[in-house]
Amino acid sequence: MNNRKLDGVRLVLLTLVWLYVGVLILAPIAGLVSGMFRDGVGAVLEVLSRPEVQSAFGLSLKIGLFVTAVHTVLGTLVAWVLVRHRFPGQGWLNALIDAPFAVSPVVVGYMLLLMFGRNGFLAPILEIFGWRVAFAVPGMVLATMFVTLPFMIRELIPVIQNLDRTQEQAASTLGATGWQTFWRVTFPAIRWGIIYGITLTFARALGEFGAILVVGGGVQGRTETATLFIYRSLDERQYVAAYSVAVVLGLFSMLLVMGADLLKRKQRS
Amino acid sequence: MSHSGAEHRAATPAWSVWAMQGVAFAFLGVMVVIPLLVILQDGLREGLMEFWRQLNLPAARHALQLTLWTSALVAVINAVMGLLIAYVLVRYQFTGKTLLNAMVDLPLAIPTLVTGVMLVVLYGPQQPLGAWLIERFGLKVIFAPPGIVIALLFVTLPFVVRAVQPVLKELDVVQENAAATLGARRWTIFRRVVLPALRLPALSGALLSFSRAVGEFGAIVIVAGNIPMFSQTAAVYVFGEVESENRLGASVVSLALVAISFGLMNLIEWVSRRAGKGRV
Repeated sequence: MNNRKLDGVRLVLLTLVWLYVGVLILAPIAGLVSGMFRDGVGAVLEVLSRPEVQSAFGLSLKIGLFVTAVHTVLGTLVAWVLVRHRFPGQGWLNALIDAPFAVSPVVVGYMLLLMFGRNGFLAPILEIFGWRVAFAVPGMVLATMFVTLPFMIRELIPVIQNLDRTQEQAASTLGATGWQTFWRVTFPAIRWGIIYGITLTFARALGEFGAILVVGGGVQGRTETATLFIYRSLDERQYVAAYSVAVVLGLFSMLLVMGADLLKRKQRS
Repeated sequence: MSHSGAEHRAATPAWSVWAMQGVAFAFLGVMVVIPLLVILQDGLREGLMEFWRQLNLPAARHALQLTLWTSALVAVINAVMGLLIAYVLVRYQFTGKTLLNAMVDLPLAIPTLVTGVMLVVLYGPQQPLGAWLIERFGLKVIFAPPGIVIALLFVTLPFVVRAVQPVLKELDVVQENAAATLGARRWTIFRRVVLPALRLPALSGALLSFSRAVGEFGAIVIVAGNIPMFSQTAAVYVFGEVESENRLGASVVSLALVAISFGLMNLIEWVSRRAGKGRV
């Protein structure tokens, strides 16, 4: 084989790949970070210390935590049922889990408006109880729950499938109840899968935009999350504010996901 | 399986099995099925004729066409570049390999709205690079279709790479070496031995990026600027119709988007099942 020619191909392919990823991914990141500091560090700190920015981050965190908690419990249950039980309609249930991946976030928000909005078909019931869902936090929670539904379940299904069942059987032979077996034997074994699922769900929840824009309306101080703050700041041409919050949000999500990846790799090796 | 299932049932009382299944069905039913049925009902509320008429309104039709062609272009570029990146990552040893591998996953970790902001900062008409591109090449990126394509390429970068990578890793190098010993040229080896094995995973990754691209909103709404009949995609069109309280228009295009995505999901499922069979 001609070694010099081989090296040539290698060089061309590597250059192409680095150029592509560099232009597509790295350049925009660098652009955003430099845009954030165009008025100096002071301007960035001023933006991040504003009460409206902090309340926007606070709302993002609150919605993210709540949604993640729900998915941790119910997602684990759904994954468990799908792997361990055999029942009619199982294929259907399995197919439904991926549906949120396929639906545009705007459509998700809009579906909720059709249900809970002023003319929505659930409006009469909401009125009786005096509940507000659309253009309020509950609607945003539902939207985020829809969008993040697959992450925990899809993460846990293979983990539960690969579980060694002899230990569980041993525990129940020794007289442990179903719950005891779950908490003492199963849970420790799937713990890392759950932690990874939590991280992915939380990161995705923090970054949600389209669905909560439509259903929440982005009212400043009431239904404005970090992403909705970025959107409004761009609209109002407050660029440093938009860029600063975007960098903080992006960095936080990146750290979450990469930290989870590291944990996973460590766990495997 | 049935044996251990029986043991499991013996350990847990029947009512708790039913309760767990009941909660699972109720959760997914309330969260997923009811909202989808609502959009189906509302989109078809005025009948199929009206549905068709709304889809063919100039702005709606243009938005759907723009969405479909940008997504298709993105899927094709991803198929080529994804194969290339996966090949380089699996077959070559080089410095910075871990970094490249991590960068492929970055788009999944960055909120898509932030992606949109990044692209506006880089290619916006007031920015140095954006201004230079317009002046030198007359190429308007932001508030125009090229911006949409770049945003979608950013967001969907991992799909083909991650679909192809594991298959390429498992691929037997023996066959390639045999072909090389028999005097086959590198390109011939790639085309005749490597590519056939990667065809289905690359296709399923490309379809996945297509379906992701069809629904994308956050990155596009910032980059495309919502100009009807020019840079307004279907998702942005729905947003506009919701804002202006045109319920029927919003529901019809939403339903079309949902139908396209579900068709694609089924296609992807079928392709990956075939790919799975092909490997055994």
